[in-house]
Amino acid sequence: MNLQVKPIFSALRHHKAGTLLIALQIALTLAIVCNALFIIQQRISLLTRPSGVDEAHLIRVMNGWVGASDKDVGPLMQSDLDTLRRLPGVVDAYATNATPLSGGGWATGMHSKPDGKGKRVQTAIYFSDAHTLDTLGLKLVAGRNFHASEVQGFLPNDTLQPPQIIVTRALADNLFSDGHAVGKVVYLGKKPSTIIGVVARLQVPWVASWASNWEGNSTLVPRQMLTNGTNYVIRVRDGQLQKVLHSAPAALLAADRMRVIPDDQGVVTFEQMRAKAYKSDRGMAILMGVICTVLLAITAAGIVGLTSFWVGQRRKQIGVRRALGATRHDILGYFLTENLLIGIAGVAIGGALAVGMNQWLMHAFEMQRLSWPWIAGGVVVLLLLGQAAVLAPALRASNVPPVVATRSV
Amino acid sequence: MLAYYSRLALRSLRRNPMLTALMVLTIGFGVAASMTTYAVFRAVSGNPIPDKSAQLFKPQIDNWGHDNGRSSDEPPDAMDYTDAMALMRAHKAEKQTVLYPVGLSVIPANPQSRPFLANGYATYTSFFPMFEVPFKYGGAWPASDDTQHAPVVVISAKLNQRLFGGANSVGRSMNIEGNSYRIAGVVRSWNPQPRFFDVNNTQGFKSESPEFWIPFTRAVDLKIQTWGNNNCNAGSPPGWVGWLHSECVWLSTWVELPTAKAVARYRQYLEAYAAQQQQAGRFHWAPNVRLRNVTQWLDYKHVVPQESQVSLLVALGFLVVCLVNTVGLLLAKFMRRAPEIGVRRALGASRYEVYRQFLAEAAMVGVAGGVVGLGLTALGVLGIGMVFDPDIARLAHVDVSLMLLTVLVAVLSTVIAAFYPTWRAAHVQPAWQLKSN
Repeated sequence: MNLQVKPIFSALRHHKAGTLLIALQIALTLAIVCNALFIIQQRISLLTRPSGVDEAHLIRVMNGWVGASDKDVGPLMQSDLDTLRRLPGVVDAYATNATPLSGGGWATGMHSKPDGKGKRVQTAIYFSDAHTLDTLGLKLVAGRNFHASEVQGFLPNDTLQPPQIIVTRALADNLFSDGHAVGKVVYLGKKPSTIIGVVARLQVPWVASWASNWEGNSTLVPRQMLTNGTNYVIRVRDGQLQKVLHSAPAALLAADRMRVIPDDQGVVTFEQMRAKAYKSDRGMAILMGVICTVLLAITAAGIVGLTSFWVGQRRKQIGVRRALGATRHDILGYFLTENLLIGIAGVAIGGALAVGMNQWLMHAFEMQRLSWPWIAGGVVVLLLLGQAAVLAPALRASNVPPVVATRSV
Repeated sequence: MLAYYSRLALRSLRRNPMLTALMVLTIGFGVAASMTTYAVFRAVSGNPIPDKSAQLFKPQIDNWGHDNGRSSDEPPDAMDYTDAMALMRAHKAEKQTVLYPVGLSVIPANPQSRPFLANGYATYTSFFPMFEVPFKYGGAWPASDDTQHAPVVVISAKLNQRLFGGANSVGRSMNIEGNSYRIAGVVRSWNPQPRFFDVNNTQGFKSESPEFWIPFTRAVDLKIQTWGNNNCNAGSPPGWVGWLHSECVWLSTWVELPTAKAVARYRQYLEAYAAQQQQAGRFHWAPNVRLRNVTQWLDYKHVVPQESQVSLLVALGFLVVCLVNTVGLLLAKFMRRAPEIGVRRALGASRYEVYRQFLAEAAMVGVAGGVVGLGLTALGVLGIGMVFDPDIARLAHVDVSLMLLTVLVAVLSTVIAAFYPTWRAAHVQPAWQLKSN
């Protein structure tokens, strides 16, 4: 195609305002769309992280015993667990302080030497028993599970320093670079804890950004928290989820009425917990998606509107050009090239704006740095969008018959 | 004359329905996106206690230093029991209180009803006057109940409804976790947002109001665990008493300091207290204390969620693009009528008249955009629940001021966008236009 760049420039000089407006609009759209898409990508990468547990088959029941003192809790918990494990449709169950996706729990520093000395890693603490691996569906990649004899009660304000612990592979890799964590000793306080097993993955209870640097660092301790509030985690057989959602709290209440299972969030599936935990991340991605779509549509509509106006304004000139021998193809090419030139100017400014906006977001909101492929992608999208938007008015222009040149109005 | 211009504008707008619709929709979307996100921002960034936010202060004392590899120079957000009790005993402020959240089972008197879980706070009686808690019946318990560790309780109107059918229950008793408490007062619905006095455990927002308050001293006697966060930088000695005397932080302390002088005095006292702890060998670092008022505290804790700020900014950027778009469309629309303007000018209309005519037309587009924007904003606010935490989404609502603002922003921004196209229209050369025809 013969690019008629020079006449385009001289024509654009007569439409400075319109040219500038389209370029500005493309620039702003590029800056916003790049950053919005980047936010979407970041949020999606957060909410697709696996928790490591068999979410599709898990239920959590929050339970509080009424007026039970801490020393009563051990037997009450044991009898509840027996009740739950005997229920039809239940694979296994255990009691704990926290689960992945629950948003609340215990975090602490784990050290390679006693009394907070030596190498330190942050970890979540999950209270567990011999049924935990089976209930959550965790995969043991090295070592062994807890023995029932290792599981003990833990009173509030006791010091946590169990002789045996199971850690996640992420935590093991953080502490020991040689990949052999089983048998090694770490410290939660003064006394040593020996790593007896390593599981493939178990996410910490928090999905928020403050925990994102250590979201795979979890530790299972063979302890049962003896307070009058606990969480039961129940794993069900295929297709039994709905049934157990009703039968589990009913069975617990039938066994002992002096308990509280909250109406709100008291009995939930892990899928509901996941939806709740990532609600704002998913929502933000949706919002940014909607804004991007509408923004691109409006920018395209604006280009259509302005170019249509130009075509209408230049009908006579187009007629003259056609009369002087320009083909339809030439006219079409003219408008497409004109738009491409404006578009290139727009994306050049827009790329700089996008980087500036990202810098500012990084400074103000701890966003990550926008990488070049995002901007390049945005540039391509906007140039294509401009060409698509200009196509209809340009086709209309190419259909202007040469005879227009001879008409006076 | 304005009526005539409005008629002209209508006629002109009807001539290009597609272009008009495009402009109206553009303005509508731009305004609605901004207003929806603004509704959320307004809800989360509001001052929870406007007339006292500059008088209520949250003292912080650094009892951790840089022990155990801690890198922050800021004192912990919460306070340990030892320091909180020292501040209460010193009584250096006009009013002071310490609080922590508790979750306890309430056992209804009626044996047919099941026990249920209720959320509340363990605190001192100054809590109520300090935070301007409105009472429906009765009032705060007397200060003597704090010192006597008395079993008294203040309950919410909702809890009063559930337990006593809404009757005046002051003086009656209720059963919490098997212990009997005498009701001192019933609070009218009260749930300041953000929950400034307990940001540590709520991240700022909580849609369920607190349901009861009991004396702190009583709660500690009963060894009631905190329902919120407990942070320890080192292991604590075993047992309840060991924990109380550990450096674990779990309490929020608040003081009321009405004058600048009182603030300065209290700051000095905090410094002196920390220095004394250093001399006693408990802190082996220089005094590191903070005294922030409600506004400063909410700022420091970044209570306004990032989502809300980022989405407001993106929406404002979106509005700017919509306006740039509108400028372009109006320019096209007005300049297409250059011949008509030429005729009007030649027939004696002044530039001023042309300005008025075209700005009136733009204002009409703005009003229509505002109406579309209102509808979209209402939809947007309904859809907020999809994007934000339910505790936050519930706060955003459409009210008269938001509706007025929506229309105002639409009209104003359209008129501003119309300035340049109108200026161009007013400067059309009549002679040139007439000649070219």
